[in-house]
Amino acid sequence: MTKVSIELTVNGRARHATVPPRMLLSDFIRHELSLPGTHVGCEHGVCGSCNVVVDGRAVRSCLMFAVQVDGARITTVEGLAQGDDLHPIQQAFWEEHGLQCGFCTPGMLATAQELLAENPDPSDDEIREAIAGNLCRCTGYEFVISAIRSAAAKLREPESETVLQPV
Amino acid sequence: MSQHLKSNVIPPSRQREVPRTGLTWIGQSMKRVEDPRILSGKGGYIDDIAVPGMAHAAMVSSPHAHARILSIDTSKAKALPGVIGVYTGEDMAQVVDPCPSFASPPITQHPMSVGKVRHVGEVVAAVVAEDRYIAEDAAELVEVEWEVLPANVDLEASAAATGDAVLHPDDRDGNVALDESFSFGEVDRHFAEAHTVVKRRLRWQRSSAQAIETCGVVARFDAFKGGYTIHSNSNFYNFIPFVIGGSLRVSPGELRIIPVLTGGSFGSKVFNHKIIILTAGLARLAGVPVKYIEDRLEHFTNSDSHGSDRLYDAELAVAEDGTFTSLRFTVMDDYGAYLQFGVGTHGNAMAQVTGPYQIQSFGMRVIAVLTNKTQQGPYRGFGSEVTNWVMERMVDAAAEELGTDPVALREQNMIQPDQFPYMIPTGNIYDSGNFQKVLAEAKSMFDLDTWRDKAAKMRAEGRCVGVGLATCMERSVYGPTEWWSLNNTETPGFTLTSTPEGITVRLDPSGKMFVTLNSPMVGNSPETVVAQILAERLTIAPEDIVFNYSDSQSGFNGVGPQGSRFTAMIAGACVSAAIKLEERLKRFGAHMLQRRPEDVELRGGMVAVRGLKDQEKSFGEIALTSSFFRLSFPDGEEFDSGLETTAVYDHPLSTDPAEDRSHLGIFYPIVGHICHIVAVEVDPGTGKVEILDYAAVHDNGTMVNPRTLAGQVWGGTANGIGTTLTEQFLYDADGQFTNPNFAEFAMPTANEMPRNFKLGHVETPSPFTEYGIKGGGEGGRLGAPSALTSAIEDALSDRGVKITSLPVTPPTLRGLIRDAEQAATA
Repeated sequence: MTKVSIELTVNGRARHATVPPRMLLSDFIRHELSLPGTHVGCEHGVCGSCNVVVDGRAVRSCLMFAVQVDGARITTVEGLAQGDDLHPIQQAFWEEHGLQCGFCTPGMLATAQELLAENPDPSDDEIREAIAGNLCRCTGYEFVISAIRSAAAKLREPESETVLQPV
Repeated sequence: MSQHLKSNVIPPSRQREVPRTGLTWIGQSMKRVEDPRILSGKGGYIDDIAVPGMAHAAMVSSPHAHARILSIDTSKAKALPGVIGVYTGEDMAQVVDPCPSFASPPITQHPMSVGKVRHVGEVVAAVVAEDRYIAEDAAELVEVEWEVLPANVDLEASAAATGDAVLHPDDRDGNVALDESFSFGEVDRHFAEAHTVVKRRLRWQRSSAQAIETCGVVARFDAFKGGYTIHSNSNFYNFIPFVIGGSLRVSPGELRIIPVLTGGSFGSKVFNHKIIILTAGLARLAGVPVKYIEDRLEHFTNSDSHGSDRLYDAELAVAEDGTFTSLRFTVMDDYGAYLQFGVGTHGNAMAQVTGPYQIQSFGMRVIAVLTNKTQQGPYRGFGSEVTNWVMERMVDAAAEELGTDPVALREQNMIQPDQFPYMIPTGNIYDSGNFQKVLAEAKSMFDLDTWRDKAAKMRAEGRCVGVGLATCMERSVYGPTEWWSLNNTETPGFTLTSTPEGITVRLDPSGKMFVTLNSPMVGNSPETVVAQILAERLTIAPEDIVFNYSDSQSGFNGVGPQGSRFTAMIAGACVSAAIKLEERLKRFGAHMLQRRPEDVELRGGMVAVRGLKDQEKSFGEIALTSSFFRLSFPDGEEFDSGLETTAVYDHPLSTDPAEDRSHLGIFYPIVGHICHIVAVEVDPGTGKVEILDYAAVHDNGTMVNPRTLAGQVWGGTANGIGTTLTEQFLYDADGQFTNPNFAEFAMPTANEMPRNFKLGHVETPSPFTEYGIKGGGEGGRLGAPSALTSAIEDALSDRGVKITSLPVTPPTLRGLIRDAEQAATA
C-alpha cells in the first residue's frame, strides 16, 4: 500500500509522518505519534471518546483518516496541561469530580474547549446540548456539566491567561 | 424468629474503629488522588500497553447463533504478507483447557469454539499479524463451512427444546442448566392463610454495562523464563490466577497478571477470564507477544457480560390489614449460551429479595435456561436490581388490589429501626438501617404531596404526568457463597467462602507513605479512599501517601471492586495495617525518645509522649533511623529494619449456608437503603418519557467521601434510566443480535438525564465494619427502574396501561398505549 507523506502541528509541535491512506486519525495519534490519551470507544463516531481539536473544531478522530489532517493544527489531551499545571478545564473536572474512570474524559475536554471558545458563558442547557454527543457511562453527566460551568467562569476571569484555540 | 433460621447465629462484630463524629478526613469531599494523571492523558489503559515485538490479533467470529463448524480454511489468510499465524479452536485446545466455570456441573466453554458455535460473535479462529489492520484483512479471508442448527431465542421455547437444538449435549440433556426449588420458612402456610394473594407475571429483559472501554489483553509466553506475563483490565487479577492458571496449564507462580487503569467496569470486567485465556493461548501458539483489544461489536457479542434476562411468576401473600406475610415466585432466566457464574445472580438476589419489608417466608423455583445468545455476566446489581424491581412492582400491585396508598402500604410493612440486625427469610441479615428516615427525607426533598396533587391536576387536563416512589435495599460487601449456594447440594461445585482484601503500607525514609493496593482502579477511587482512611487512622496528611498497584505475583489477596465491597473491605485492611504500623512506630519512636511504648501516642504525623509537648519524633525521622541506623536500636527481631507491614481483611460477617439449604447463611449483610421518587410525563403519541423531577436519598452508612459517593449514585441512576427507558437487546428469530452498536443501543446522553436531580444522604453506620462504612456503588441502578416504572404507570393510570416488562422504550410504550386505547374502544 503506497504511503502518503503528511505534515501537521500536534500540541504545538511540528510532526511529519508517512502513513497508509487507510490509517484512522485515532490510530495515527495513539500508535504512530505515541499520544495514547485519545481513546477509542466505539470506532464508529458515536461515543466521542476519541474527540480531538482539529483547527479549533472538536472532531471524531475515528471518523477521519490521518491523511486528511495534512496541514492541520491538532490539540490532544496531552497538549492541555502546561508544565506542572493542569489546564483550567482539566482543573475544573478535577475539582468538580467530572470524571470517574476517565476513559471518555479526553473527548469531553475536547468538546468543552470548542464550546467555551465559541460561547464563553454557556447556560447549563447549552453545556448539556454540547456534550450530548459524548457518551459517559460513569458520571451520569451532572458533574461534567458543573465542571464545564466552573471552567467557563474561571476562563472568563480577567486574569485568566488561557486562550482557547479559536474556532 | 422463624424456626428455620435458628441455626443461623449472627457472629459477634469485629469492628475496631467505631463510628463517630469529629473525624478529620473521613467524611470530607476530598478531590481524587487518581485524577491528575488521568486528566492529563497519562492514565495507562490496556490499549496504551506496548511491549517489544508485540503482534496484534483479530478474530473470526460466528455469523450464526447455533451451527456446527464443518471446516475452516485458513490458507488464504496465512498467505497474506504480515500474517504471523492463523489459529482455530482445535489449535487453541492444544495449549489451553476450557474456561473455569462456577456452574456445577460445569457447562464447557472453550475460549475459541471447538466443533460448534452457540451464539453470534463467538470466536472460531484468530489471526495474529504485524498490525491490527493486516490481522483484520486476514480474518476476512478465513473461510468457514457451517451446518446451521436450530437457534434458541425464546426463553420458554428453549427450555423445552430437544435434539439438534440442545446447546450442550455433552453436559446437559436439554437447555435447562439448573432447576432448583427453595422454601425459606412456612411459605405454604402463609399463602394458605393469606387474605389476598397478589399475582403478577413480570419480565425483565437483557441489559449490559457497556463501559466505554472494551476488554483487552496483552500477553506473552516464555517457556524457559517465567511462563505467562499478561496485562489485563480484569477486576480480579489478584484473585483468579489460580483458576486461569488451570486453563493455561501453569501454576499461579508462572502467571503474572499486571493490572492497568480500567476504563469502567460496572461488573463487566469482574472476571474477564475468557479473553485472558484466549490471548495468552494465541501468544503461546504464535511465539510472540500478542495484543487483543475487543472492538465494540466484539464487546457486545462476545464479552460475556450481558445482564439478567428474567421471567417471573410472582405471588405476594397479604393479610387482611395489608401486612405482607410471604413472597414466592418461579423465575426463568435466559443465561445465553454458557453459565460462567452459575446462577450467582440469583444467589445475589437472595441477599435482599424481600426488600425493606417484614416478610416472614419466601419461596422460589429458579430455572436457568441456556439460549443461543451471548452469555450473562455481572452488571451493576448482579441480579438484585431485578428482584428490587419485582418486589416494588408487587407492592404497587398490592396497593392497587387493596385500594390503599402505595406509600402508606410501604410504611406499614417496613422493618422498624429497633429490629436490627434483621434476619430475612433466606438467612441473610440487614445489619442496620432507618428506612423511615430515608423515606421521610426523600418525601420532603421531593415535596411528594405537592407533586402528587400537581400530577393529578395535570392528568385532569389531559396530560400524562405521574409520580413514582421506590424504597429499595442496597446490599453491600458480598460473600462468595452467592455463587454456589443455589447449586444442587449434591453438586455444589467450588464452595468458595473467602473474599479477602489486602494492603501493604511502607513508611519510606523520607517520611512519605508508600501504599501498594491489590485491586485495580476501575473508575472508583481506591487511592482516595485509602488516603482518607490511613490519614485518619495514622494522623498524617493524605498528600503524604504515594500509591502503587501490585501485580498478581508481587501482590497478596485482592478481590477487587465489585459487589459494592471495596471501600468497606479496604477500610478494614487499612485499619489492620495501621494497627500493626502504629505498634512498630511506637516501639521505634519510644526507643528514640527514651520512653516506653505505652507512654507515647500518634499525634499529627509524630510519635509523641502523652501529655507532653515537644517530646516527639516525626514519622520521617523514625522511618529514616529504622531504615538506615540499625545500631541505634537494641538487638531482637522486633527491631528488624524498616517500617513496612502487610495486612489482610476478611469478610466482616458471614456464615455458611445450611447444609439442607433451609437458609443460605449470612453473605451480604452490610445493607444500605435507598428511596427514589420521580415525576415523569409521557407523550402518548410517541411513547417518549420525560423526567420532570427526581429525588434520591441513599443511606450508605458512614460516608468516606460524599462527592465520590454522589458520583456513584448519579452514574448508577443514569444506568437505571437506560435500563428502564432506552437500552434494548434486539435478537431476531434466527438469533441475530441486530443492534450491537452505540448508534442503535441507546445509552442515555446528557439530554436524557433529569435536569434537577436532588440527592440526599442519611447516615446509619454499620455496627460491623470499620467506622461504620457501607458500600454504595450500585444503589442508583438498584432504585431507578422501580421508581420510574411506577411513575410511568401512574402517568398512564387514566388510560389503564400496566408496565410488566422492561425496558419500556418509546415504541414499546406507544404500543402499550395503543393496545389500551383499542381495548377501551372495543
